[in-house]
Amino acid sequence: MRPTFSIICFTVLSGLGYGAWFLLGLLAAADWPCGPAWTPSPDLCLRPGAPAWLGPIGFVLVSAGLLCSLGHLGQPQRAWRALSQWRSSWLSREGVAALLTFLPAVALVLLDFAAAGALAGLAPADAHALRAGGMPVRALLGGLLALGALSTVVCTANIYASLKPIRAWHDRHVVPGYLLLGLYGGMLLAWLADALPGWSIGTSERRILLIGLIALALAGAWLKHRYWRSIDAQPATSAGHATGLSALGTVRSFEQPHTEDNYLTHEMGFVLARKHARKLRRNTLAAAFLLPALLAMLALAMPAIQPLAAWLALASGLAGLFVERWLFFAEAKHTVMAYYGR
Amino acid sequence: MTSLPAPTPKKLGLVIDLDTCVGCHACAVACKEWNDGGDFGPLPDADPYGAQPRGVWFNRVHSYAVEPGIGLAPGIGNRESGIAGAKDNASSPRAAASPIPDSPFPIPGLTVHFPRSCLHCETPACVTVCPTGASYKRAEDGIVLVDADKCIGCQLCAWACPYGAREFSVQKGTMQKCTLCVDRIYNETLDEADRQPACVLACPTRARHFGDLGDADSPVSQLVAERGGHALMPEFGYRPVNRYLPPRPRRDASTAQPAAPREETLDREKLPGVLRWLDRVLSR
Repeated sequence: MRPTFSIICFTVLSGLGYGAWFLLGLLAAADWPCGPAWTPSPDLCLRPGAPAWLGPIGFVLVSAGLLCSLGHLGQPQRAWRALSQWRSSWLSREGVAALLTFLPAVALVLLDFAAAGALAGLAPADAHALRAGGMPVRALLGGLLALGALSTVVCTANIYASLKPIRAWHDRHVVPGYLLLGLYGGMLLAWLADALPGWSIGTSERRILLIGLIALALAGAWLKHRYWRSIDAQPATSAGHATGLSALGTVRSFEQPHTEDNYLTHEMGFVLARKHARKLRRNTLAAAFLLPALLAMLALAMPAIQPLAAWLALASGLAGLFVERWLFFAEAKHTVMAYYGR
Repeated sequence: MTSLPAPTPKKLGLVIDLDTCVGCHACAVACKEWNDGGDFGPLPDADPYGAQPRGVWFNRVHSYAVEPGIGLAPGIGNRESGIAGAKDNASSPRAAASPIPDSPFPIPGLTVHFPRSCLHCETPACVTVCPTGASYKRAEDGIVLVDADKCIGCQLCAWACPYGAREFSVQKGTMQKCTLCVDRIYNETLDEADRQPACVLACPTRARHFGDLGDADSPVSQLVAERGGHALMPEFGYRPVNRYLPPRPRRDASTAQPAAPREETLDREKLPGVLRWLDRVLSR
């Protein structure tokens, strides 16, 4: 399949944004790290920490991703019509889920930043009381946000995973892959937020974040490896099978319907990625997962390099995720190409 | 609505005879001509006289060489049924023998021309994936259509179709596909004989047949039953309505049998009395 820039941007950026929102929602619902179940670093809870920063960055990424997706449409001004067929279409479900998720996200961001302003002027005891009072609302919004982000990414992945003629997409690793990579991107953003001056979380909290990041990176690399092994094992569809003539003998296309390229061969006959698949897969694993995991390990050992490592990890991870998504689209083969003997 | 209608009793579709199709592309050209001006047109090309005249065609004709493959006897074309499995051949000593003994030349196999267009599936994924409701299946006759006023041009339906039936028009920004000439077949301003898809009328070898495949007694259904017509890639579960009739068995020198003398029959009761008596006497 021809990899379209608009769709790659859409899935990578919105995936990252929803990963960030999912983390924010989960942390808000669990009131981490300030709730009674946790032991926060002193003072951490009276200012918005790194998790709060995930709200606005998620907003920017999700919005940018959704706007990119409009670039793929032939009639983008009619995009609102895509919200109507959620009963049957994953694309429509994705649109509805994406719009609904904006509600708790915006509410939570506003609440957090309004609270930060209100808390700043109060004595510590009053501030803690005010915080505790607002907790149930924040937990509810967080839960809704995490649920919305999760369901939107499930819908995005299913747009592709539901298409049977493209076997590399109709694979059981695709939905878990989109979810895991989105969450992993969110973790990279959380680490970066922590590295920004004035937003950092406590040392023990950072330790949890980095260990989680390393675990997700390794899980991501393992899942992609499994996915590639799975799609490599898929047998190709022959022209004989596609025409139903295989019982007569070997069916070989000797003349195409038209001398020039057409929509189908242009859109679905993309070969470049499969030619270089091995090299590109190796680059994906290294840039998206292994390098950020190494940087996180280094940051655990040497806290001084923490901010630089966070920036490098995000840059490398983002580049790797773009290559991964490009490969996901470009490597896939559409069944219709069997009629063209390709 | 892109949810599918209840199973339609009427299933209009095409039956394409791969035995008689000569690959002349008249169906494809007639289709392009009619639909460029019909209710669902135009079908503009990006660069009609240039190097890349990319544009939408509802019907594209492929040409295949079918060569006897591994495990298949060279005389596959001589089998009783046009479609025969490899297992069948192994058990039949005649099929394994070379049709022309000691011939240094392999049997050339078949040339099959294969027109490919929308199969108007009973449960088409191209309809259910559509986010806008532009893509729909008609409850009254099962024809799958695109409402060009609602289509946003996301191209998801083209991805969802394993048969390549849908194409994106860059000029219009929407998807286009075979309409089974819905603007012809019910068109009362045309002569009744002309109320057929343009491709069917244009075919010089009558390789294309149009009719109701939901009615087991219709001429098209009987043709499918008689010739063992098949659906394309049924494993997808989209239940195509169109059927393809396989090439008929080929004859050559080795299998051409002298015609067996035909058994004559005589109805004694119809003979005049004298001859009836003669027949009885001679039959003793």
